[in-house]
Amino acid sequence: MGTSKVLKKDEWLKVIEDLRKGYKVFVPTKEGDFHFFREYKDGIRPDLNFSNTRLSPKGLIYPQSERMFECPLSKDQEGAFILKESPKDFGPQLVVGIRPCDAYGFLIVKRNFDNPQYRDPWWVRRYESTTFVGLGCNEPCPTCFCNAAAGGPFGEEGLDLLMWDLGDEYLIKPITEKGSNLLAKVEGKEAQDGEIKEAESLKKESQKKMDFSFDITPLKNKAQLELFNEPYWEDVAFSCINCGTCTYLCPTCWCFDIQDEVYKNHCDRIRNWDSCMFPLFTLHGSGHNPREKKFQRVRQRFMHKLKYYVDKYGNGIQCSGCGRCVRYCPVNIDIRNVIGLMCG
Amino acid sequence: MIRYTEKIRERARELLGQGKVDVFIGYKKGTVPLMNQPVMIKRAEDVDQLLWDSNCCLNLANYLTKRTEKIGIVANGCNSRNIVIHILENQIKRDQLYILGIPCEGTIDHRAVLRAADNQELLGYSEDGKEFTIRGAGFEKTLKKEEFLRTNCKTCQHRNPVIYDELLGDPVPENTEVDPFSDVKGLETQPPEKKWSFFQNLISKCIRCYACRNACPLCYCPTCFVDESKPQWVGKSIDPIDTMTFHILRAYHCAGRCTDCGACERVCPVAIPMRQFTKKLNKDAKELFDWEAGLTLETRPLFDFYKTSDYNEFIY
Repeated sequence: MGTSKVLKKDEWLKVIEDLRKGYKVFVPTKEGDFHFFREYKDGIRPDLNFSNTRLSPKGLIYPQSERMFECPLSKDQEGAFILKESPKDFGPQLVVGIRPCDAYGFLIVKRNFDNPQYRDPWWVRRYESTTFVGLGCNEPCPTCFCNAAAGGPFGEEGLDLLMWDLGDEYLIKPITEKGSNLLAKVEGKEAQDGEIKEAESLKKESQKKMDFSFDITPLKNKAQLELFNEPYWEDVAFSCINCGTCTYLCPTCWCFDIQDEVYKNHCDRIRNWDSCMFPLFTLHGSGHNPREKKFQRVRQRFMHKLKYYVDKYGNGIQCSGCGRCVRYCPVNIDIRNVIGLMCG
Repeated sequence: MIRYTEKIRERARELLGQGKVDVFIGYKKGTVPLMNQPVMIKRAEDVDQLLWDSNCCLNLANYLTKRTEKIGIVANGCNSRNIVIHILENQIKRDQLYILGIPCEGTIDHRAVLRAADNQELLGYSEDGKEFTIRGAGFEKTLKKEEFLRTNCKTCQHRNPVIYDELLGDPVPENTEVDPFSDVKGLETQPPEKKWSFFQNLISKCIRCYACRNACPLCYCPTCFVDESKPQWVGKSIDPIDTMTFHILRAYHCAGRCTDCGACERVCPVAIPMRQFTKKLNKDAKELFDWEAGLTLETRPLFDFYKTSDYNEFIY
């Protein structure tokens, strides 16, 4: 897939800046104490010296709130009451500095939004029009476990290009044809053996720092009902406050809720992120909710990620090990412990 | 503060062992430094999980709502005030509770601590009296606790529990010198548009996860107004109008009830200084009605009764 290139950091950032001519470019930028992916406009300072963004980049492909359809609501207007698709932007996007866990996260979501049975038109078009330039993790966080859940701190799956931080320079490796074509247009020296060796050793060193591992076999072999009826769920859920931090920060939580919003003579049909932690999640029209209690909602989150997904897609767990839910859960519910319980 | 840990374990063991309580609610050490986890202990042999240190920041009154057992619980100043409110508002009965009171020396602001570590993740935390030590990959720092107190702890005037069955240590001196409302006073003098932009700025990062609402012991409504669907009052998107509606209404629901425990601010995943929504209301309650929430079981809550001397200048 072409050869890797090495560029001085400021040269590469200049390349990214220039790419704004052809792409809507998203970069991590620091706001307050932590980083967010923001569109690289004038006034935005890209900052690749970060561990990971507070929110996953999920929203760049799958916005938290997206207008799907709309229609006028007064009889004398043309097209009254007939929903038409709202205009959407599917222009080329470039996401620079995405971590391998988050890029892998999109592949997990893709199995749900882009498969032979169902195809989410907007998710698919936006995903396909996006180029992902990853940044490998020299220093994985102690709460990360991408080595166990996804492709590791320098995992390539889901990326078009992968960057290595070599100190003053970046080594940039093409992963896909899309990435290769982009890199071919960039002026830069080809990576030398020494640099490639240095990159490989950074990868090995980083992997060594990650100490969480698990064997997925018990998750596959145990019956759904066995796990569902385990006595530990009430204890796991005790501290949970049923907020949406885990699900909203997660790169792989995909559930949504569709709402019609009316303002004056106009109706918008909007798709919003939903969360299995919320009391309205799966509330039936009859008033019945099969997951009425807190522990049932908590159980749903873990069963979905660690059992239903495993059974349905036969391709790992619905988690890329980014560690956000571990770091930011306000009551310290740690998915690594739950994996331990379910595998035990 | 860590000195309370052994006492909590000892008393919880006895209370559970003697059957005086069915369960004991406290904190245990989290898997991430600076994050403790609320825990419910059911067996005397499990009490060694319990702990008290400067990271006990969630409000445990939140875990009492409508429980039916006999419950042992640890409570510092603000937690005890929320227990009082829970009792007054019929969310739990006084005789269901056995409260181990903790004279509190304040808890620490995990965001400020992480900032001092250049926002690198921590691997370890330990504390010793007035200092604590954090450890990460390739660094270790010992910091003074008083410099890293949570903002609500800095101005707290009720560090000693107001209700308890046993106090686990000598009362600590209350800090009556400090003005808890100095920041609100600054905002009060601003013109309306400045105030509005202050609140707009506060909510600009909100992701509507409701951690603030759910961490708050006051928010126990069976169905929150934002979750009403027949009819629906508030939109679900991240439209700033809906987000602001949620925040302002939530704050007003806390008027005369908020103890400034700071749980809302502690849990926000995007670090919104949540207490700014409720502080003006707390100030008004204090100045107009001489009211601080949750100090006593003897008086009905502010909005529960009427005194002829109440502030009524707004009635024309």
